[in-house]
Amino acid sequence: MSTSQSEVRKMGAGSRFNQWINDRFPLQKLMREHATEYYASKNLNFWYGFGVLSMFVLVIMIVSGIFLTMNYKPSADEAFASVEYIMRDVEWGWLIRYIHSTGASAFFVVVYLHMFRALMYGSYKKPRELVWIIGMLIYLALMAEAFFGYMLPWGQMSYWGAQVIISLFGTLPVIGDPLVEWIRGDFYISDITLNRFFALHVIAMPLVLIFLVAAHIMALHEVGSNNPDGIEIKENKDASGKPVDGVAFHPYHTSKDLVYIIIFLILFSAVVFFAPTFYGFFLETANFEPANPLVTPEAIHPVWYFTTFYAILRAVPDQLGGVILMGAAVFALFLLPWLDRCRVKSVRYRGWQFKVALALFVVSFVLLGWLGLMPASGIYLTLTRIFTIIYFAFFIFMPIYTAMEKPKPVPDRVVYEHG
Amino acid sequence: MTEETDLTRRHFLTVATATAGVVGVAFAAAPFVASFRPSARARALGAPIEVDVSKISEGSMLKVEWRGQPVWVLHRTQAMLDTLEEIEPRLRDPESNQSDQPDYARNRHRSERPEYLVVIGSCTHLGCAPIERFEIGPADLGRDWKGGFFCPCHGSSFDLAGRVFSGVPAPTNLVIPPHTFTDDRTLLIGSDTGAA
Amino acid sequence: MVNRVLPLFAALLLGAPALSLAASGDFPLQSANNDVRNAASLQRGAKYFVNYCLGCHSAQYVRYNRVARDLGISEDLLVENLMFTTDTVHDTMTIAMPGGDAEGWFGTLPPDLSLIARSRSADYLYTFLKAFYLDEDAVLGTNNKVLSNTSMPHVLWELQGIQRPVYREERNGDEITRVFDGFETVREGALSEEEYSRMVRDIVNFLDYIGEPVQVERVAIGIRVIAFLLVFLLIAWLLKREIWKDVK
Repeated sequence: MSTSQSEVRKMGAGSRFNQWINDRFPLQKLMREHATEYYASKNLNFWYGFGVLSMFVLVIMIVSGIFLTMNYKPSADEAFASVEYIMRDVEWGWLIRYIHSTGASAFFVVVYLHMFRALMYGSYKKPRELVWIIGMLIYLALMAEAFFGYMLPWGQMSYWGAQVIISLFGTLPVIGDPLVEWIRGDFYISDITLNRFFALHVIAMPLVLIFLVAAHIMALHEVGSNNPDGIEIKENKDASGKPVDGVAFHPYHTSKDLVYIIIFLILFSAVVFFAPTFYGFFLETANFEPANPLVTPEAIHPVWYFTTFYAILRAVPDQLGGVILMGAAVFALFLLPWLDRCRVKSVRYRGWQFKVALALFVVSFVLLGWLGLMPASGIYLTLTRIFTIIYFAFFIFMPIYTAMEKPKPVPDRVVYEHG
Repeated sequence: MTEETDLTRRHFLTVATATAGVVGVAFAAAPFVASFRPSARARALGAPIEVDVSKISEGSMLKVEWRGQPVWVLHRTQAMLDTLEEIEPRLRDPESNQSDQPDYARNRHRSERPEYLVVIGSCTHLGCAPIERFEIGPADLGRDWKGGFFCPCHGSSFDLAGRVFSGVPAPTNLVIPPHTFTDDRTLLIGSDTGAA
Repeated sequence: MVNRVLPLFAALLLGAPALSLAASGDFPLQSANNDVRNAASLQRGAKYFVNYCLGCHSAQYVRYNRVARDLGISEDLLVENLMFTTDTVHDTMTIAMPGGDAEGWFGTLPPDLSLIARSRSADYLYTFLKAFYLDEDAVLGTNNKVLSNTSMPHVLWELQGIQRPVYREERNGDEITRVFDGFETVREGALSEEEYSRMVRDIVNFLDYIGEPVQVERVAIGIRVIAFLLVFLLIAWLLKREIWKDVK
């Protein structure tokens, strides 16, 4: 956009500065496309807050992480002591560390709820398949990021958790052993492994995550946000070309998201200040002992956000089979857009088949998460196997039961009651 | 629209939210900013150090390290102290008005006790380490050199109280750290109250 | 390293492959009921700690002057009463005993206690310090119900006295099993049972405090943070409601 000289002279200093910027950088254009003229349905409920919250947690993690690296030492001899140095000697170091450790779990909480929202309202369906795929890639990157980061405190759980997960790669035929050696860079998990995990955690994975998050949002803003009714608001526009059921992201959704962010911060602060270890779930008891390659802790299990997949791994008596099944449990989610044959998006208008299947899936996901923390024997193992079967049945039979659905009619306009 | 938009109320709430947000961000930023300050370990390592001055013979100098800087403890002879007054016309800041030292060292001998000079051995020009030159009238420094410190980097020179000569690059006298004597043989560098 | 060394060693002594059995096992833990806000208890605990524990165990992440500040002890009192192994108040609680000596005496390195309350829990430590008993078969002459075959001697025996486990027999069909039924005193100590319990509670309280010195302050800050956020929430919610009046 260029403005004639005479027009420019009439403007105040502030607008002249804006003009100067916008002649050189598409600031106004970006603001319009992604905020003031990005329309999302007016009936978005709180489930739609978890996307913004995920971004918010990402920022918290990057900021607190940067400050942690300033005092952390990525070496087997110093790592554990440097974390305690942060906790005791660095001014406010304890707060920065608790923010980061709580943030790791909070990240998975909001991401899991965000993913559940997508399942509920069919946000993975056409035309949002790529938004879903990129989102799944973010989830994979996040798992890698969390895994690398969990090793850094160099406590017993850091060490042995990493040992177990790295060993998974060793079950692959032929390439297994050399692959494990390549990952560790040594014949056991050592200083060398810690050093490279540090590099991956503080720079490689964060770059991947930021790139993917940008792609996720670009793809989303291309197709537009879904809503609890699963109606494409772009198909019903007014004379000026605005979706009649949409309201601008700013100031409407931003003012709402701010409320969500503050509610999140209250819960987050409650954990950081009142229960930073969260009863051994966020910071595990065994991790208050320095890593010792010669002594295994009594019970090794991954942090809670991995335990669903860990339970599936243990459900299979065969090592390689377990690894393959665990991989399949994650990979199956990628296929959702094509497994689901029902044309209706939102659970509000879908048939009982999908409602039952989704409920069973959520129950098995949560219970497998709990079973992953329990010993893999007796009743726990039986239950693990039952819920693993249900978990996979959700995907395997999806093309069948979704084709059988008799959805309710979807209204033309979103359901919104002024309140 | 059925109800009038109350712009005053909206404006007030926007300002209130923005204010609360700025306050919140400032409070949240404070711990991160504060984390840059010297940690408990840095303060422990930078704690005052004790020097046994009874081992420094008259006319000789001991170099110790305090907070990563060289600190010199010079046991001056009476002859050395006698040079301080006559040299004053050639100094840039003989009264130490522009220089950095504790109040009790703002005097001719620039120290708590006249015989002991405690000074940070770092040139006030660009931080080089000056060399002690206690001999009188050496060939390179000239016949009227009464002893002092000479910085080889850019030729700044200082007298036996660390006071800078006129016409050299260094702007001020050498820095005197806080120091005190807990007894006749024990010098504490880094504290002037006696508490370690 | 630290806390797993003991069970490892115990397990090696037993030749037991399962490490998990060597740790606390099934001995019920008593509640320590300690209060990290109780400065008097912490001060007593600090004194007991330096007198009875710091000879062998370090607390390498804990600084003397931090302890003095948090517990309300003046630096003079600190130097006189708590500092035996070092002479500057900025130092951490390290020990003079060389590692090799300790390995020779106890067969293992006594663990650093900075984080023992976080890795083991206050209740564990409280019960542990009260569960030493006379055992002729053990190398040291004493054993422990919480940590079987611990290589730690009963340092406080002169205070607690010496106790012996009592078992009762339980018949289950043809099988007769011996069930632990409490301790009986073999020799009186200098302290009564309540006095000893209080002493142990003070020590555990101090260990709890050094596990996370900021814990009391943390909660106090948290209350203020959440109070601020609640006010912020109210303002932001009013703004949101005001803006959403536009949406019909």
